[in-house]
Parts: sequence; C-alpha cells; structure tokens
Amino acid sequence: MELLKVIEIRWHGRGGQGAKTASLFFAEIMLATGKYIQAFPEYGPERMGAPMKSYNRLSENPITLHTNVINPDYVVVLDPTLIEVVNLTNGLNKTGKIIINTSFDSEYIAKKINFNKKHVYVIDASKIAIKNIGKNIPNTTMLGALIKVMNILDINEALNNIETKLNIKFRTKTHLISGNLDSIKQAFYEVKN
Amino acid sequence: MIKTVYPTGKIVAKTGNEAIAEAMRQIEPDVVAAYPITPATEIMQIFSQFIADGIIGSEYIAVESEHSAMSATIAASAAGARAMTGTSSQGLAFMWEMLYIASGLRLPIVMAEVNRAISAPINIHGDHSDSMGTRDSGWIQLYSENSQEAYDNMIQAIRISEKAKLPVMVTTDGFVISHCMEVVEIYPDKDVKAFIGDYNPDRYLLDIKHPYTLGAIDLQDYYFEHRYQLSKAIEDSKNIILNVSKDFFNSFKRKYDFYEKYMLDDAEIAIVVIGSTAGTVKLVVKELRNKGIKAGLLKIRVYRPFPSKQIAKELASIKAIAIMDKSDSCSGAFAPIYSDIVASLYSNGIVKPKVLNCVYGLGGRDITIKQIINIYEILIKIASGIKYPTNIINYINVRK
Repeated sequence: MELLKVIEIRWHGRGGQGAKTASLFFAEIMLATGKYIQAFPEYGPERMGAPMKSYNRLSENPITLHTNVINPDYVVVLDPTLIEVVNLTNGLNKTGKIIINTSFDSEYIAKKINFNKKHVYVIDASKIAIKNIGKNIPNTTMLGALIKVMNILDINEALNNIETKLNIKFRTKTHLISGNLDSIKQAFYEVKN
Repeated sequence: MIKTVYPTGKIVAKTGNEAIAEAMRQIEPDVVAAYPITPATEIMQIFSQFIADGIIGSEYIAVESEHSAMSATIAASAAGARAMTGTSSQGLAFMWEMLYIASGLRLPIVMAEVNRAISAPINIHGDHSDSMGTRDSGWIQLYSENSQEAYDNMIQAIRISEKAKLPVMVTTDGFVISHCMEVVEIYPDKDVKAFIGDYNPDRYLLDIKHPYTLGAIDLQDYYFEHRYQLSKAIEDSKNIILNVSKDFFNSFKRKYDFYEKYMLDDAEIAIVVIGSTAGTVKLVVKELRNKGIKAGLLKIRVYRPFPSKQIAKELASIKAIAIMDKSDSCSGAFAPIYSDIVASLYSNGIVKPKVLNCVYGLGGRDITIKQIINIYEILIKIASGIKYPTNIINYINVRK
C-alpha cells in the first residue's frame, strides 16, 4: 500500500533476553533523530524462556496504524535456538533482511532458514555479551548489529544517545553501562553478511 | 525533529500506560486506591514509584480487591479528596456495584480503564466488553485512539468530573495502546496543574462545620427524582465536556470534541468506530480517497454521554454506514454502538442511510487493513443499491 511508507522490524527472542527492551530502546533512539516510532511486544503474558516477539515501526510521518506487523522489513533474532522452533522468515519481505545471533556463518544459516544468503546477516552476539557484560543478554548487542545493517544512524551519535539513556536505565547498576556500550560498538563493526 | 503543538511541550516516547501514569503524576491527586490488573498494571506500578521516590505527595492505598479499590476511592472522594483509580476487565467487573454508587452519590472520581476482554474464556487482550458493560452506570466515558489522547483525556477528565459532579473513565485499548510505545507530547507540570486547578468541593463529609448525610435510603418517595437528576447530570455534562475541550484547546492547542470527523463531510460511505482501530481506518480512508472513493470516518471519543443529536446530524446524508463494535451485547440483536446510533438516527427522523453492524476484534483479535477495506467494499455495494443484509450482525474474521 502506497501510504505505508513505514519501516517495520520484528524481534525474536525468549522471555528474559530483552527483546522487548531492545525494541523500546531502539524506538527511543530513533525518536531522538526525529522519526515517528512505535514499539510494542507481542501482546501476551510473558514467560521466562518462551519464544516471544517484539516490534518496531519507524516513519517520517505520524504513525496511526494500530495492527500487528505482518510483513516486516527487518527481522532480528536474539536466540539461535529459535531457528529450529519458530518460522523466523514468516512474512519477511523478499528484499527484507534478517540478523541472527549465531556462531555459524551466513551461508549455513541461510540454508537452514531457507532464505536468500544476500539478506542474511550473522553476529555472535552471545559471545560478545558474555565478554562485555558477563551475561548472555544479547539485546543491546543485537541493537548494534541492527544499526549497522539498517544504515540509518551514525554509530557515534547513536552511542552518545544510548549512553544518556543507559545512564538513566542503569542508575542503580552503573557497572553495566560501559559493557553494553562496548557490546553495541563491537556488534556494529563485526556483524557480517 | 518532531515539532510540538504546544510551544513548551516536550516530545517523548511513551506507552499508553506510561502516558496515563505521567498525567496522574502531574494531576497529583490526594488519594489513589487500586488493585493492579493486566494490562493496566504498569499505571499503578509507575504511579506508586513516583510516590515512593518522593516526587509527589499523593496517598496510595494498596487494597485487596477492585471492589475495595472503588470503595476506598468513593470514600476518599466523599471525604473531600481528589481521588483516582485504574483497572481493567475483571477488575472493572468486580467494581460493578460500587460504580453505580460512585455516580449515584455524584462523586467526581477519575478512573483509567484499560480495555480488555471479559472472561470466560479467560483472555487478557483488548476489546471493549468491559467498559461497554458499564455504559449505563452513570459514568462519563472518554475513549482514546492513542497514548496522546489518553494523556489529554486524563487531564480533561479531572475538570469534567469536578464540574459535572460525575465520575469519568478514560479508556485505552489493552496492549494495542497500553503497551505500545509511541510519540507523545507532554506539557509542563505547572501548565497542567494550572489547567486542572485546585479541587474545592462544595461540600464534603470531613467538613465538620457543615455536616450532611450521604448515601441515605431513598424509597418510592424520592429515589426516582434522584435517578432523574443523575440522568439530567449526564445530559448536562455534554456542554461541560465541550467547554473543557475548548479550554483545553486554548491552553494546549489540541482540539477535542465528542468525536473526530475524518473526511466525513462529503462522504458517501463511512465507518464509525471507537479507539485505536480508528487510526488504521484513517489510512484506509486516505487510500480510498486517492482512488476517488468518497469514504469517511467518524471516531467516537465521548460515548457517555452519547452525543445523539450531533452524531445523527453528521451521518444524515451518508448512503451506507458501518458501525464497528469491539464488543458484543449478546442481545440476540445488535451491539452497543450500533444500537445507540440507529436509535439516534431514527429518533431524529433520519431513515435514509443503510446501517451495517460489524462486530470485530473480540479477545484482541487483530483487525487488518484488508478487513477494513472489505468493509468499505461492502458499503460501496450497499450504497449503489445492491441488496445486502443489514438486519444482522456481521462478525469480522470469525470462524462460524
């Protein structure tokens, strides 16, 4: 539809990995650049470890659409074990891009999910998160990868913005701030096709 | 950057629940009593944090049920406090008998109501069954399309309730709005406080110099008169709501009315809808207009009091109308909004429009652009004279 000049993103994760937080966070970062935004989790009760989804919409114009995201332009996968469980490319536009947290290369993953390798991006986000944050919470790391793949934000500007937000979010856990920032930066430079 | 409508407003990203909690922080009522429930839980979570952090001086009463939440809110309001609460679905149902007492005692309580389906089967998602069930309880009902409207409605609700001496519920669609982060413009605290003003009730139970009785028994001799007065107060609140809207526009530059018309004035076919779905319908209307189809939308904001004469007038020259209800009366006939609108049309001598009732989205079932286009396509057929049954409910996207 002509009027839907809206970029749509679907996040896949498991309850507790921070997919919802990542989408909310991403929306706030994009708002700071002047974009209209939406961020919402898959509506439902959240259960630790269960597959869940979260969404973003971005646009230059006010977004009045209030339906589920059916045909995302980007899919971000926080948990590699979801490949076997969830149809990750469901509704993904043919020219859309999928970014997966995995230690495998994009060729292997593309085969596994039956999607054009050209549009499959991989990053070992769990490894990066464990190294920098000390925990396998790969949400901010995947945010760094998404910023790179979408190519709509200046990474340094984004990092400054994120730091301001993290200072508020982690005001009682300040030791987590630099680790998250490092993760975002590392993922930005390491995500590959 | 996104421009503010109000010169000193601030653009932020907030979910519906966060926007409502923000309004409550700025309103800073004397007393809030609540028993949080999905999907309204965050409102009280955030609001009580403001109190715990010493940001506001409101009294928060953590009660053991919604019945008690409404009871405590009623007591606080009767005592002379500015009192608020919030709930959803089963919580609202559990408040039932107390809702009628709040309105019957003419107490200006404001409630944030996040729309959610009613059990059984148990379901936590958004539809309008809960608040539609309370449509005859003597409460004013303001529905919100998005977080901005929820925030603005909360601020206006304080003024409306205190002027009308009636309780007001402000609703948002469960999850679709309550949990959706969107762009919201927040006004400075001092300007919101100036708009709502101080609460100085004419009389209140803790005013020991002027004692009076509240909630006395009222049998065949006067009960009817008091119920008539309540009905009259609801009718009279129409002007109050419009005046507060006008003041709100003068203060914050955002325009509100009983309803919003979207490309309706020259429309030949139209949808009437409440809540977040209106936003999706707007996109479809724009698309149809691009194709030269004269489609329109009427989004109801004020459902109680029902702006009967005004809506009848707006719809008078439309050939085919679909009334979309996100609740079902289980009446063997039609759903609430349809019944109100058809009665309004007929009682105002307007019998020409063909009016279709569509029930959709129960239990939070998604309503898609395609389905809305389908409804307009049916309206085009009806408008062109093709026969289509309008004396039954059209259930959208249900397995029969």
